[in-house]
Amino acid sequence: MIKVKNELQDLQKQIELWARDYGLDFFETIFELIDAKHLNEIAAYGGFPTRYPHWRFGMIYDSLSKGYEYGLQKIYELVINNDPCYAYLMNSNTSVDQKIVIAHVYAHCDFFKNNQYFKNTHRKMVDEMANHASRIRHTGEGMGFEEVENFIDLCLSLENLIDVHAPLRKENDILGFLIEKAPLEDWQREIMIMLRQEAYYFLPQAQTKIMNEGWASFWHSKILTEKALKDVDIVDFADHHAATLATQPGQINPYKLGIEIFRDIEERWNKGHYGKEYEECEDIEFKKKWDKKLGKGLEKIFQVRKLYNDVTFIDEFLTPELCEKLKLFVYAYNKRNGTYEIIDRDVKKVKDKLLFSLTNFGQPMIAVTDRNFEGKGELLLTHAHMGVDLKLLEAKETLERIQKIWKQPVCLETIINGEKRLLIFDGKEHREKAL
Amino acid sequence: MIHKIERDYYRFKDIIKGRIKQNLKKYITKGELIGAQGKNLISIPLPQIDIPKFRYGQEQMGGVGQGEGKVGTVIGKGGQEAEAGTSQAGNLPGEHVLEVEVSLEELASMMAEELDLPRIQPKGHGIVSNLANRYSTIRTSGTESLRHFKRTYKEALKRQIAHGEYNPDNPNVVPIKRDKRYRFWKPTPRPEYNAAIIYIMDVSGSMGDEQKEIVRIESFWIDTWLRSQYDNIVCRYIIHDAQAKEVDQNTFYHTRESGGTLISSAYKMAKTLIETEYPSQDWNIYVFHFSDGDNWSGEDTKLCIDLLKYHLCPRTNLFCYGQVESRYGSGQFIKDLRDAFPQEEKIVTSKIDDKDAIYKSIKEFLGKGK
Repeated sequence: MIKVKNELQDLQKQIELWARDYGLDFFETIFELIDAKHLNEIAAYGGFPTRYPHWRFGMIYDSLSKGYEYGLQKIYELVINNDPCYAYLMNSNTSVDQKIVIAHVYAHCDFFKNNQYFKNTHRKMVDEMANHASRIRHTGEGMGFEEVENFIDLCLSLENLIDVHAPLRKENDILGFLIEKAPLEDWQREIMIMLRQEAYYFLPQAQTKIMNEGWASFWHSKILTEKALKDVDIVDFADHHAATLATQPGQINPYKLGIEIFRDIEERWNKGHYGKEYEECEDIEFKKKWDKKLGKGLEKIFQVRKLYNDVTFIDEFLTPELCEKLKLFVYAYNKRNGTYEIIDRDVKKVKDKLLFSLTNFGQPMIAVTDRNFEGKGELLLTHAHMGVDLKLLEAKETLERIQKIWKQPVCLETIINGEKRLLIFDGKEHREKAL
Repeated sequence: MIHKIERDYYRFKDIIKGRIKQNLKKYITKGELIGAQGKNLISIPLPQIDIPKFRYGQEQMGGVGQGEGKVGTVIGKGGQEAEAGTSQAGNLPGEHVLEVEVSLEELASMMAEELDLPRIQPKGHGIVSNLANRYSTIRTSGTESLRHFKRTYKEALKRQIAHGEYNPDNPNVVPIKRDKRYRFWKPTPRPEYNAAIIYIMDVSGSMGDEQKEIVRIESFWIDTWLRSQYDNIVCRYIIHDAQAKEVDQNTFYHTRESGGTLISSAYKMAKTLIETEYPSQDWNIYVFHFSDGDNWSGEDTKLCIDLLKYHLCPRTNLFCYGQVESRYGSGQFIKDLRDAFPQEEKIVTSKIDDKDAIYKSIKEFLGKGK
């Protein structure tokens, strides 16, 4: 356990040097050593020391602290995309833990700084979040906290209705649309603008979860095993590392999937397992031994971490061999037994399913299609159905909330059980029409 | 460092409390929570109070997993009914039921708020058995955090007037060190009140399991509420058919006899208990009697009324009679009591037709703050 700040600083400086030697490129990173309670607090706030007042932070905090108390989960580290980057370390971590975490953090910071999907993120978000907090608190003092919190609740129901291609597909940016066109009071518009900004700030993290965690795990593993580990640390390291990468059936561990793909890319580009010549070679034995000693692995993964997101990453680099090696499968719900069961291990199906679950950061794609629907000022939203229905009850509740903002009736075109339906909420009751 | 999360945490707890309150009647009348008796904390499953969004349904969605297993291998359980009637959402991956822990006292006070129960005014003087430290006195020294602002300024004002330094046109009062006054604690006697609750149940042949369940649930909540109002509570249990006997709690709820019904036998026993063990100057005494009201004879009922009038009523804070509807209908006893004591405030009667009526009945019994 590291109690002394100096000891930690030495460790940090050393690891920072190694990380830079490997070519990682990051903003200045400030580490803070804090206790579990404080770490859980910051984690509940999405990594930020100051957020606006809202009950859901309390809910997350409650579940994190219980998880910690019961020994079910423990957060080792938190890092925020900001310039400078802020990282929080739990003060009860062992020194091996701290080494792993510090290396892990530097790789995250490199990813934040260099991945193109983070290009437009606000790099002074710590300050911006604090600004939001104080403005919302101020509004609360004027309007009443209950009223403000209720409005925040409405906005949060829409926080996933933003445009992943921003600003190319404006119709998917429903929050942005409502800010411009809905009959809002000034304070409401101000809050909605802030919450939309926060949603866009977090978006690239949702789009690169597998890559980002894979990248960080790849580097903590490399830095630790090649540089930072002393003999006595090996067992602790193996233990921590294995726990991080552990998988449970039915769940994809982004750390594991990500690191495996990065390692596979590194190896393929080192040996030349790519390109026309390799693809077209039909001699399996020959292919196995194929090694052109190109040594392009590192260069390639740095390029990948710059240009890809989870969707393009999986699409391009999850090879059939890797899919098999990782024992990936598709599962589905079996209505008759009420259980989730493995239904397929076919590479293409696994990949399709995985890609679908990552598309539009895993959220249904919904667009504004008419704001004067049927000439009556009604709002028409259209769900681009891609094979999976919306949760109906929740969709209806969400419609109610949009109606509260839009004031006029709100309709959603979607598909339920294979039939095209129009869900309507007019402020009093729900109706449904077949289309 | 001030932990800002605390505010959000308490706000969240408030919301949860609101949820529990909304469903309190359901929890109370279903008796689900009684199983946890003996523990002080009760776990209540609440559907996660998540923010609704447009989301994919997990069941249709399925997903990709990693690990061993053939086609058909079960990897998880899906859709259990979460909240009967309100949604089909269940215990799917990524969707959790929130287990909320509430203490019995909290629950009792929620119930009291919902039912608008007044706090009980214990009778008698109570026994002084406890000295509590209270900040009720003032000293001239202490820590700054305990400084008494008003008293300090008063002293300063007095001193300035006495010295002729006070100018009403320019009322500057500046305390100096010897003006300062600090709060200080003093041991203060705190009276404790004792209560004895005597539960009486008719276990004659006509009282079925359903009736007993009603009695069990109702007395559990009465007990919980009274416990939150008194320092010491003693419970005694009497069952009767044609004869009364004192039993322990477990037997009380689970015995079934087949005999006839002589209510007076139980009242006599209660009278003896009170007279010998719970002198009314030291004890707040409650008697709750549950029966289907089918007493053996009018003569016995008369005897009961006399016992109530001359012995039980004068000694108790409250005598409550709850008449549960049995398969054989409802008896005459409640009417007899109402006719005999039209004005007596200490005697409360309530008809409990089914589980839903428990709520109202608790209110009738405890609504007077006695």
